[in-house]
Amino acid sequence: MSHAVANSAHGSQHNDHGTESNYLTARKGLLSWLFTLDHKRIGLMYLVSVIVFLLVGGLFALIVRAELMTPEGDLLDPDTYNRFFTLHGAIMVFLVIIPSIPASLGNIFLPLMLGAKDVAFPRLNLASFHIYVVGAMFFLYTLISGGLDTGWTFYTPYSIETGTSVIAATLGAFILGFSSIFTGLNFIVTIHKMRAPGMSWYRMPLFLWAIYSTSLIQVLATPVLAITLLLLIMERAFGIGIFDASLGGDPVLFQHFFWFYSHPAVYIMILPGFGVISEMITVHSRKNIFGYKAIALSSVAIAVIGFLVWGHHMFTSGQSEIASALFSFITFAVAVPTAIKVFSWVATLYGGSIRFTTPMWYTLSFLFLFTIGGLTGLFLGSLATDIHLHDTYFVVAHFHYVMAGGTIIAFLGALHHWWPKITGRMYNEGLGKISALLVFLGFNLTFFPQFVMGSHGMPRRYHSYLPEYQTWHVISSIGSFVLGAGVFLAVCYLTYSALRGKKAPDNPWNGVSLEWETATPPIEHNFVTQPVATRGPYEFDEIDTSSGRSHH
Amino acid sequence: MNTSADTTHNVHGSHPEFLAHHFHTPEQQSSSAKLGMWIFLGQEVLFFGGLFMSYVALRFFYPETFLAAHEYLSIPLGGLNTVVLITSSLTMALAVRAAQTSNNPALIRNLIFTFLFACVFLVVKYFEYSHKVHDCLLPGHFYGLPIPDPNLPGEMMYSPHCTVAAEIPGKPHVFFALYFAMTGMHGIHVVGGLVVIAWILLRARRGDFSSAYYTPVENVGLYWHLVDLIWIFLFPLLYLVR
Repeated sequence: MSHAVANSAHGSQHNDHGTESNYLTARKGLLSWLFTLDHKRIGLMYLVSVIVFLLVGGLFALIVRAELMTPEGDLLDPDTYNRFFTLHGAIMVFLVIIPSIPASLGNIFLPLMLGAKDVAFPRLNLASFHIYVVGAMFFLYTLISGGLDTGWTFYTPYSIETGTSVIAATLGAFILGFSSIFTGLNFIVTIHKMRAPGMSWYRMPLFLWAIYSTSLIQVLATPVLAITLLLLIMERAFGIGIFDASLGGDPVLFQHFFWFYSHPAVYIMILPGFGVISEMITVHSRKNIFGYKAIALSSVAIAVIGFLVWGHHMFTSGQSEIASALFSFITFAVAVPTAIKVFSWVATLYGGSIRFTTPMWYTLSFLFLFTIGGLTGLFLGSLATDIHLHDTYFVVAHFHYVMAGGTIIAFLGALHHWWPKITGRMYNEGLGKISALLVFLGFNLTFFPQFVMGSHGMPRRYHSYLPEYQTWHVISSIGSFVLGAGVFLAVCYLTYSALRGKKAPDNPWNGVSLEWETATPPIEHNFVTQPVATRGPYEFDEIDTSSGRSHH
Repeated sequence: MNTSADTTHNVHGSHPEFLAHHFHTPEQQSSSAKLGMWIFLGQEVLFFGGLFMSYVALRFFYPETFLAAHEYLSIPLGGLNTVVLITSSLTMALAVRAAQTSNNPALIRNLIFTFLFACVFLVVKYFEYSHKVHDCLLPGHFYGLPIPDPNLPGEMMYSPHCTVAAEIPGKPHVFFALYFAMTGMHGIHVVGGLVVIAWILLRARRGDFSSAYYTPVENVGLYWHLVDLIWIFLFPLLYLVR
C-alpha cells in the first residue's frame, strides 16, 4: 500500500489501472451476469437479492405492526397474522440477515481486501448463489401455497401438525443452508491461501477477521440445522418419532438441535456487522483502531463460545437446572469478548478526527443500539428474570436491537461506505443523513416501547391483546412506519445514485486497506499488478507512525 | 470485450493448463483444494452428528427396544458390507498412490475396483432393505403397515401378514426410523461417491492426472474414506447392540 496511491485519491490515477474495463461493463448480457465467476458480480447479485427480500420481509413487518395498532384483530384474521409474522421472521433470517453482509459485501470485498484476484473457488461461489436462488424459490412457493404459521423456529410438535407448507419452507431453509456452508468454506480457504504478499494475519482488515469467524460458524453449525430440518421433514412424511412425543420422541430434542445451529447463527448475523463497524469507525475518524488484536481475536472467541450457549433459549423448556445454570454462565461469558469490541470502538473514536459522514452516522447508531441490545441480553440470560420475560415483547425488542439495530444498521452503513467502490458513483450525502436519522429514530420508537410492554407481560406472537398495552403498541407501530420510510428512502436514493450519481473517485474516504487501491469500480481482475501489503489496514497517511506510537 | 481475457492469458502465459487464473502456483491451488475438502468433511461430520445425537437420545430412552430390535438386522450382511467398504478404501488409497506416481493404468484399475465395491455395497443394502420391507419393519407410521382394528373402533393394528413386526416389544418404529434415516443418509453419500468416482475415472482415462496434478483424485479419496468411516460407526451402533 504505497503512499503515492493513497495520496492521489481524487480520480487522477485511472491511468494506473491500464486499459482493462471495470467489472460492471467488462462483459455484457444477462447470461454474463447469471453465470459469472467474478466474485464482485456474484456479490452484487447477492446484494440486490438481499435488498429485495429486505423490502419484502419489511412489508410483512409493517402489516403486522398495522394490525397491532388496535387491541382487537381487525386488519388480519388470526391465521393470516400467524403466517405474516412467520414469513417476516423466516425471510429476514434466512434470506436477508444471514447472507446480508457476508455473501454480498463479503463476496465483493474479501478478495479485494486480501489483494487476491478472486475467491479460492469461483465456481463454488457461483453455485452457492444459484443454490440461494433455488432456496429462495422454495420460500416464494411457501408464500403462494398457503404460507407458514410455525414461527421461523419450526418448533415441534406444532410444525408436525399444522396444515401449512412446512415441508416447502424447511426444504428452502435446508437448501439455503448449503449456500451458506459453501460461502463460508470458500471464505475460510481464501483467507488461508490467497493473501497478498505482506498480508500477514495481523495486517488483515478486521472485517476479514469477522468474516473468517462467521465462516467458521457457517461451516460447523449449518449442517446441524440441515439434518434437523431433514429429520423434521421425515417426521412429517413418515412419522419417524424422533421429535414427536406421541410416537416416543422428544420435542425438546428438536429445540436442542435447532438452537445448536440457530444460536451460533445469531453470531453469523452479528459478527460481520462487527467487522464493518471496525472498518467504518477507523476510516471515518482517521485513527488507527484501538486494540487490533483484541478485536480480531474476540471475533474468534465469540465464534467458539457462541457454540456453547444454545440452551439459554430453553430455560423454560424443562431442561435440567444444572444445564440451565451452565448455559446461563456461558451466556454471560460470551458478553466479555463482545464488550471488548464495544470498548475498543469507543476508544478508537477518542482523539480521532471524526467525520460525520452517513457511514459514521450509522456507526454511531450501531454503537448505541447494539449496546442496548447486548445489555438486555443479560436480563434474558439470567435464569430468574428470564422466567418472567420469556416469550414476551422484551425478547422481541432485545433481538431486534441486536439483529436490526446491530446487523441491519451496520449493513446499511457499510453499504454507504462501500457504495462508491461498488457502483463507481457517490450517493447523496444529505439524503443519506436524513434516512440514517429516520432509521435511528424510527427504530428506537418501534422497539423501545416493546421493552416496556414485555416487562409488563405482553406476550409475543399474539394477534390481539389487552387494551392497557395499546398506547405502547401504537407508538411502536408509528415508529415502524418511520423506520420503513427511512429504509425505503435509502433504497431509492442509492438506486438512483447507482444510475445517475456523481462519479466517485477511487478513494473517496482516503482508506488505506487494499480495496481502495484499485480503480472505482474495480477492474475485472481486481488489480493490474499484484498488490503488496506494506502496512496495517488503518495506518492512515496523516497518522505519524515514525515514533511507533500507533504501531499495534 | 475479450481484451481483458487476453491480457490475463498474456500475463500468465507460463501457467500450466490445470492452474486456474486466480492462483499463482500449483501448490497454492492444490493446498487450497485440499483445505476446502477437509472443511467440507468437517461439515459432513457435523451433519451426521445430528443423526448420531438422535441415536444417543433415543437409545437412552428405549434401551430394551434397541436391544430387541437389532436382532432383526442381519449381522452377516452388515459385516459383509463392512468388509466391502474397508476394501474399497484400500483400493481408493492405492488409486491415489498410483496418481501420485503417474501410474495411469493402476489408477484406472483401482478406481474401477473402488467403483465396483461401492456397487456391491449398494446391492447388499438393497437386499437388506427389501427384507425389512417384506417384514414390515418400516419407519414410523409405516411400521407394521397399520390398518384399522375391526374389534376396537378407532384403534389401529398391524397388518396380519406383518407377524415379524408384531414380535418386537417397545417402540421398534423408532429404531427402524433411525435405521433407515442413518443408513439411508449414508447410502445417499455412497451414491454421491459413485458419481465422483466415475467423474475422476473418466478424467483419468483422458490422462488428466500425473504426479504434477492429482488433487481431484486425492479429494475424492478423502471423501470416500469419510463415507467408509461413517459406516464403521453405523455398523456397531445399529447391528451390534449389547
